[in-house]
Amino acid sequence: MSLLANTSTLLGKELRTEFRSRELLTTTIVFILIVLVLFSFAFNPTSDESRQFASGLLWLALLFASSLMLQPCFLREQNNDTLSALRLSVSDPFAIFLAKLAANTLFLLLAELLLLPLFAVMYNVPVVPVLHWLLLVFFLASLGISIAGTALSAISAQARMRELLLPLLLLPLLTPILVVSAEVTRSLLDREPFVRWKGIGFIGVFDVVFLTALWLFGEYLLEE
Amino acid sequence: MTPPAFSPVGLRLENIDKRYGRLLALRGVSLTIAAGECVVFAGRNGSGKTTLLRVVSQLVRPSRGRVTFSGATGDEQTTAVRPGFVAHATMVYDELTAEENLLLFARLQEIAQPEKRVETLLHDVGLSERRGSLVRTFSRGMRQRAAIARALLHEPAVLLLDEPATGLDPQGVTWLAEAIRRLRDSGRTILMSLHGESEISQLGTRAIRLDAGSIAADTRTGATFRSILTFADA
Repeated sequence: MSLLANTSTLLGKELRTEFRSRELLTTTIVFILIVLVLFSFAFNPTSDESRQFASGLLWLALLFASSLMLQPCFLREQNNDTLSALRLSVSDPFAIFLAKLAANTLFLLLAELLLLPLFAVMYNVPVVPVLHWLLLVFFLASLGISIAGTALSAISAQARMRELLLPLLLLPLLTPILVVSAEVTRSLLDREPFVRWKGIGFIGVFDVVFLTALWLFGEYLLEE
Repeated sequence: MTPPAFSPVGLRLENIDKRYGRLLALRGVSLTIAAGECVVFAGRNGSGKTTLLRVVSQLVRPSRGRVTFSGATGDEQTTAVRPGFVAHATMVYDELTAEENLLLFARLQEIAQPEKRVETLLHDVGLSERRGSLVRTFSRGMRQRAAIARALLHEPAVLLLDEPATGLDPQGVTWLAEAIRRLRDSGRTILMSLHGESEISQLGTRAIRLDAGSIAADTRTGATFRSILTFADA
């Protein structure tokens, strides 16, 4: 009970501070928007071309944006050493990770939902008929990105070249999830849409494995 | 300050080493501190004062040795004691108000009736009127008051103060000295690291000088006490 209570209290703090500053959301949304617009003008794809590679562009943009978004996750806890205060207060340090990854997942999902209509219009792809499947992929992949990203953010925040380290560690680690999510999304945007269950299963397994690892070893990531 | 709701607690450090890579920050530190003592740690930069306090706070795991807390009857309470910690940094969120910060930490510590406790502490540290202001709008002195209130939320029997007067103006130091005096008189065990002699150091009942991670001097009396604080040879 105390883990859930602590997580919900911390999630409330994460949401409150973010909606007060809008720092992460603004950066993420603006970055994805710029990438989508630039690619659209650079390639000016036909409808068939869009079905082929728009999903890849979308996930590439999301991946780079998430590395921007995840960077300050633990870094801003260092400004006033608030991470120490959290560690002294919670009974289970996993609550700190759970709250942060839940907040990161929510922020990513919000950015994806806000930009999906724009993506559909700019790349002329029909998203409405497969919206529920797209939302499932977005949720599972965003969760995976957040779990791995939150863990690596905790590691990189204590390192010397912290700004460089997170993308260096995060991008290779998330390559499998990027490739599979792009493939699943491409099949959903096809002229005859179909669901790649294996792909969705892979993302689900990725989430479970990384969440379990974080639960087992997270405490050590926070130690000085 | 409100009446204390804790039992006095003493602590014992046994042969503590702390290594950061090649650097040995603490070397075989052994100490027994009685319940209710107010210990001043002095020493030059890098002598190990902060590391020692962070080891006692359980934020840093020692490479060797152990810290144990004991009640007035001498019963060992290794894990149940959670010291209150005031560090160089304020350990509160700039983007939250003073009240939101204290409520956040009170709820995380599962304190009964958190609103009431926060109300009391805001009054005790003189922040009642600024309770709704974001901490980033506070002066250094007000931030330090918020930091002390956060550390006292769970009525700790052991209080750790790591250079608590850093950045405070003379009025701030006077307020802090008075606050520490009341906390000491309430029976709390206080460990604080300081630089040099001040109103605050005079509150100490024992002075310990650290040098290169080891205890170089330890006294409770007169001239030696003063020499430890001023880094003069004891």
